[in-house]
Amino acid sequence: MRVSKNFGQRLSGLPKHLVLLGICLVWIVPTVGLLVTSFRPAQEVTDSGWWTVFNPPKGRASYQTFCASCHGENGDAIPSANLADPAVIGQFTRSIQLQAVLRKQFNGQPHMGSVPFPNAQETADILNYLRVLSGIQRTQQFTLDNYVDALVGYRGRGTYTQDCAAGTQPVDLKCDFFDLANPRGMGRAFLNTLIVAIPATILPIFIAAFAAYAFAWLHFPLRLWMFALLVGLQVVPLQMTLIPISRLYASLGLNGTFLAVWLFHTGFGLPYAIYLQRNFLGSLPRELFESAYLDGASHWTAFWKLAVPLAMPAIASLAIFQFLWVWNDLLVALVFLGGENPVLTYQISNMVTSLGSGWQVLTAAAFLSMLLPMIIFFSLQRYFVRGMLAGSVKG
Amino acid sequence: MIPANAAKIPHGRFRTTDATVPKVMQQGALTPWLYLTPAIIIMFIFIVYPAANTFYLSFRNSANTDWAGAACAPLEPCWGILENYRYALTSEIMRIAFFNNLMWILIMVSATVGLGLLVAVLADRVRYEPFAKALIFMPMAISFVGAGVIWKFVYDYRPGSDQIGLLNAILAALGGQPIPWLTVPLLNIVMLNVVGVWVWTGFCMTILAAAVKGVPSELLEAARLDGASELQVFRQITVPIIMPTIAVVVTTMVINVLKIFDIVYVMTGGNYGTQVIANQMYIEQYTNFQTGRAAAIAVVLIAVILPAMYFNIRRFREQEATR
Repeated sequence: MRVSKNFGQRLSGLPKHLVLLGICLVWIVPTVGLLVTSFRPAQEVTDSGWWTVFNPPKGRASYQTFCASCHGENGDAIPSANLADPAVIGQFTRSIQLQAVLRKQFNGQPHMGSVPFPNAQETADILNYLRVLSGIQRTQQFTLDNYVDALVGYRGRGTYTQDCAAGTQPVDLKCDFFDLANPRGMGRAFLNTLIVAIPATILPIFIAAFAAYAFAWLHFPLRLWMFALLVGLQVVPLQMTLIPISRLYASLGLNGTFLAVWLFHTGFGLPYAIYLQRNFLGSLPRELFESAYLDGASHWTAFWKLAVPLAMPAIASLAIFQFLWVWNDLLVALVFLGGENPVLTYQISNMVTSLGSGWQVLTAAAFLSMLLPMIIFFSLQRYFVRGMLAGSVKG
Repeated sequence: MIPANAAKIPHGRFRTTDATVPKVMQQGALTPWLYLTPAIIIMFIFIVYPAANTFYLSFRNSANTDWAGAACAPLEPCWGILENYRYALTSEIMRIAFFNNLMWILIMVSATVGLGLLVAVLADRVRYEPFAKALIFMPMAISFVGAGVIWKFVYDYRPGSDQIGLLNAILAALGGQPIPWLTVPLLNIVMLNVVGVWVWTGFCMTILAAAVKGVPSELLEAARLDGASELQVFRQITVPIIMPTIAVVVTTMVINVLKIFDIVYVMTGGNYGTQVIANQMYIEQYTNFQTGRAAAIAVVLIAVILPAMYFNIRRFREQEATR
């Protein structure tokens, strides 16, 4: 009885599992496609979809239809005509040569015997498979070349490793460790993004902490009124401030410098950072602060020894939110940094629109840019989700 | 992995009352300003001044040498000093942008909130809830640019039979013709919206899930005992109770959608009729060098956002007051 009841329950719960797992599938498959593609060789990427990665090599089906009955699965069933021998297959550089051989008589009999004759496409596929079988053509299903190409900013017909081995690399590459600093590469962009994001996270939180403390535990005229203004400032969209700031930066010669983006992100991150920290500090029990003062602590000591350590959970959420906001930002980097100090998002958006590089490099580059956010997301999920939700009203 | 109470941002309270500072903590009149001044100066330079300046520039010509409309030719339509607003509100390209933003609001807000609610309710009843939620929230961690690349690959189109884009490959397997998803007018806006939905559903889901969990279980049980079906329970009990949260999520999403920029910039560059307000503003300023027009568009953008923002903050305060 119990078993059947459980079974019935499971069955009635089936639709909800189907819907939910279906949604999960739709959510994860595009990312999986990106990840798989980033590890495939260029030729494979342009020839076939990423989902064919576990399919048998191209031409194998044709080979089995037309050739396997005599030559065997591995092509070595007839020792005098060993198809797995590179010396034999190496003679056929084009499929038309193979077709000529197939048309010839073999021991006085038609080569193909009773097997129907393959058409031109099928012959080409068979030759392709034989080249793979004999080891002339490598079919690597997995490569790290795309990541190397993306990191050093290689834009050519082959791969960075091939070109460097042959000595035919583009002029902007030296084939040594310093290629990682190539301004066109993702390696440099990764570094630039870190240089942008770390100060642009620390600065606003640090400056905001002082202001938040004042709003929470200090007396000054118009305190509430000023706090309301702060809430209003949070909602000003980025677009509203871009033009005057870029004119200001132009007159100061700051466009294209890291300082320009640090300051902009600091200014824009402040209202939200103050708001969040003030609310956290304000919700701490006031007896805590009272007793600290009665023990003779100054505001300065209370700030550093009491407020900051206690506000750490809030600061962690805030830091993750601000860091990822800056890391993922395109607009501010586009306007104030541009191509002088390209960040990841800028570099990728350039690669997409210029169509200069194939999907294999683009997918690798995109994955490089997602690496750190993914690590942060999966390791610090609780703080991440809190920061995201609390920051949802940010301009 | 995502805590059930994640949306109850413990440090996100909106306080309207002044928690009076204890008497013993009174300090000199100068002290607060030492703590406040750096923040105030930076916020003034980077938010207050530029916002005011943008407002001013929206009434000026492109080189900021005269008022807008000073060079208006007679007998041609001209709004005088509001000439930039004539462009921002009535020009063909901006009309397209407004229409597209409206499409974005209709499609993306309903889809993110609807899907978010569906997942929130379903995930509440399964054992792999944390896993499912983490999966759906994950796109929030990556950039719109990254999301754009991921989906541009899904939409990849080439004439002929061999497709490397997943969507066209599925279409081909079902016997259809491949479609250039991102260049067909109107269809491309839907396809761009899919990317937005993919990114933002997790956000809606998390907030709504917290609200769904907050519905008293006695209420649900009582309704079930009275013979109500699951659908009835959902529509007549759960939805009315979480309505205030739904309203906040909807307005937050409307604001987010109005500011959408990166997805369009990366995936179509605003071509093929996919222009949106924020994108057009960028183009006016940094491609056409029409500062006055760009400023006017920015002012229009904030004017459109303000009502939603006002509603959102008021709702938020009401909710905090009843908590």
